Amino acid sequence: MSTASVSLPAWINYGVIPLLNLVLAFFFSGLVVWAIGENPFEALQLLLIGALGRGEGIGFTLFYTTSFIFTGLSVAVAIHAGLFNIGSEGQAYLGGLGAALVALSLDHYVPWYVTMPFAVIGAALFGAACAAIPAWLQAKRGSHIVITTIMFNFIVSSLMNYVLVRLLIVPGKMAPETRTFLEGGQLPKLDWLIALFGGRLGAAPLNFSFLIALLMCFLVWVLIWRTKLGYEMRTLGISPSAASYAGIRYAKIVMITMLISGGLAGMMALNPVMGASARLQIEFVGGAGFVGIAVSLMGRNHPAGIILAALLFGILYQGGAELSFDMPRITRDMIVVIQGMVILFAGALEYMLRPAIVRLYQQVTGK
Amino acid sequence: MDYFDIFISILGSAIRLSIPLLFTALAGLFSERAGIFDIGLEGKMLASAFASACVAYYTGNAWAGLGAGILTAIVFSMVHGFASITNRGNQIVSGVALNFVAAGLTIVLGQAWFNQGGRTGQVPPEGRFSGIVLPGADMMRDVPIIGPLYANVISGNNILTYIAFLMVPVSWWVLYRTRFGLRLRAVGENPGAVDTAGISVSWLRYRALIVTGFLAGFAGTYLAIAQSAAFINNMSAGKGYIALAALIFAKWKPVPVMFACLLFGFLDAFANFMQGKSLPLIGEVPVQIFQALPYILTCVLLAGFIGIARPPKAGGVPYAKER
Repeated sequence: MSTASVSLPAWINYGVIPLLNLVLAFFFSGLVVWAIGENPFEALQLLLIGALGRGEGIGFTLFYTTSFIFTGLSVAVAIHAGLFNIGSEGQAYLGGLGAALVALSLDHYVPWYVTMPFAVIGAALFGAACAAIPAWLQAKRGSHIVITTIMFNFIVSSLMNYVLVRLLIVPGKMAPETRTFLEGGQLPKLDWLIALFGGRLGAAPLNFSFLIALLMCFLVWVLIWRTKLGYEMRTLGISPSAASYAGIRYAKIVMITMLISGGLAGMMALNPVMGASARLQIEFVGGAGFVGIAVSLMGRNHPAGIILAALLFGILYQGGAELSFDMPRITRDMIVVIQGMVILFAGALEYMLRPAIVRLYQQVTGK
Repeated sequence: MDYFDIFISILGSAIRLSIPLLFTALAGLFSERAGIFDIGLEGKMLASAFASACVAYYTGNAWAGLGAGILTAIVFSMVHGFASITNRGNQIVSGVALNFVAAGLTIVLGQAWFNQGGRTGQVPPEGRFSGIVLPGADMMRDVPIIGPLYANVISGNNILTYIAFLMVPVSWWVLYRTRFGLRLRAVGENPGAVDTAGISVSWLRYRALIVTGFLAGFAGTYLAIAQSAAFINNMSAGKGYIALAALIFAKWKPVPVMFACLLFGFLDAFANFMQGKSLPLIGEVPVQIFQALPYILTCVLLAGFIGIARPPKAGGVPYAKER
């Protein structure tokens, strides 16, 4: 009998299997650490201390977490409608332009809390605009969204390169970046949040966008599981033919889903652009869009799972940076390896352990 | 310099820039025609570039480097196969994962072994594929038109360049004139029919992925020890994705793949040439337009405005034998 049709209780499906996959990913990453002559257990310990040991470390961890929540939600929303959005990277990049334009035009005149809502809208609009063409191509012309969103990552990268190098650069400066936003264009740091737990934020760039990210998690949950639109999206994702019979308009849902997905990715830019560096820099996304794929997979496309997975990757990013100071033989890029392993085991090899676990479960329960 | 000389020099550099694209796009051709989407081409190229640079550095033998590059790319291909064929995982996810693993591993291992910020050591001249001067190139040089074309574009390339162009008819022959090729194309369109005919879908797809790894290994090797003399951080720099675009632009057919790669290589060379120069009438053209053009062209093609690009029907769908 095939094991694929056996249903497992939720705690195995959503607890044990992802955890085992994660353990496997860390095992193989540990092998790499061991192969270059360092102690993997010591490395893991240093990584955890670096990420969670002090208030500043936690601040950095949550800063990275914020970005990954946005991109993770972006990927997850698309997946619920059966669309694979690999373009979060580019959408976030263009979203940065939206946020920066708002900040540059308002920061002289108004305080940050007036700028912020416009910046959120600006970032989301630009992110959504970047997703709009691939969405339209998928909805109306049947082009594969995976391919077109990959293409748009590169198109946006060239576009932003042009915009920063030619248009927004500060005259006389070499670095392709905008001027520094005044206080009216910055998001405030969340010192009080860390202070609440008795730590000190220090130089960590944890900022207000963390709270926006948490709010978005809630809104996405409402959208997917508590609205008609979310129901239609999930129907389309599970069975396009059933959706069609139920009178759900394919093109409309694809367009709306991708615009929301792009908008969420665009909002990610608030965190680094307005929260951390207070300027638009070249390549500021730095792969966070791709991490979103891993986060969404690990979090099983559910906002609660996405928060946990984003936290995991936040720990990896911050801990990995600290680790490279303590163990110079291990470079920062070790986190890229771990990321790859996590995507491989938790994503692509998701079902590898399932047959064995089903057999074990059947033996134990005697069914 | 007159316009013809400029044209010759751009053409020469276009060919050099299109070779890694050509190998990679042909690699992708085999896996996608067998129904396995492969966005991990970038990672395979990068990993094999690293492996070939390492081995060529230690052995001083370019062919050993090529062997290592091919072997590495095949290993990556097999992991992709294990995930997407045996475990029926998501092929896109698997490709993304392998790109990450390759990007990280090459830097981590490179730094641990060579300690030069992710660079490998400088490969000695005998460990590289250097240019071959074809017979009569010097004699021909003074012949108008054909002479410079022969001496500067056709002659003087390294052996991998000639192999790349040879691979085009070979790929065509394998795909369209052999039993393996017929079955491979069938398994990408209708794996159920292939299964009914008593042929193993999995084994066929695995073999297609071995070919993919083999060709991607050439691409990485070309980058590391033919075009340059060491592995440099992230040296594939998105070429795997351009190759994927070229493959789609060519509608998954071998000979058009060659022309698409040459076109994209030409755009790249032209962008390099145009850097900081201005055209009459138009003025200075931003180089970023040329960098984005391959992707824009591919999207326009995918939109169905210049013919229809129809991917293999079973692409991206894992095959489940029993229902």
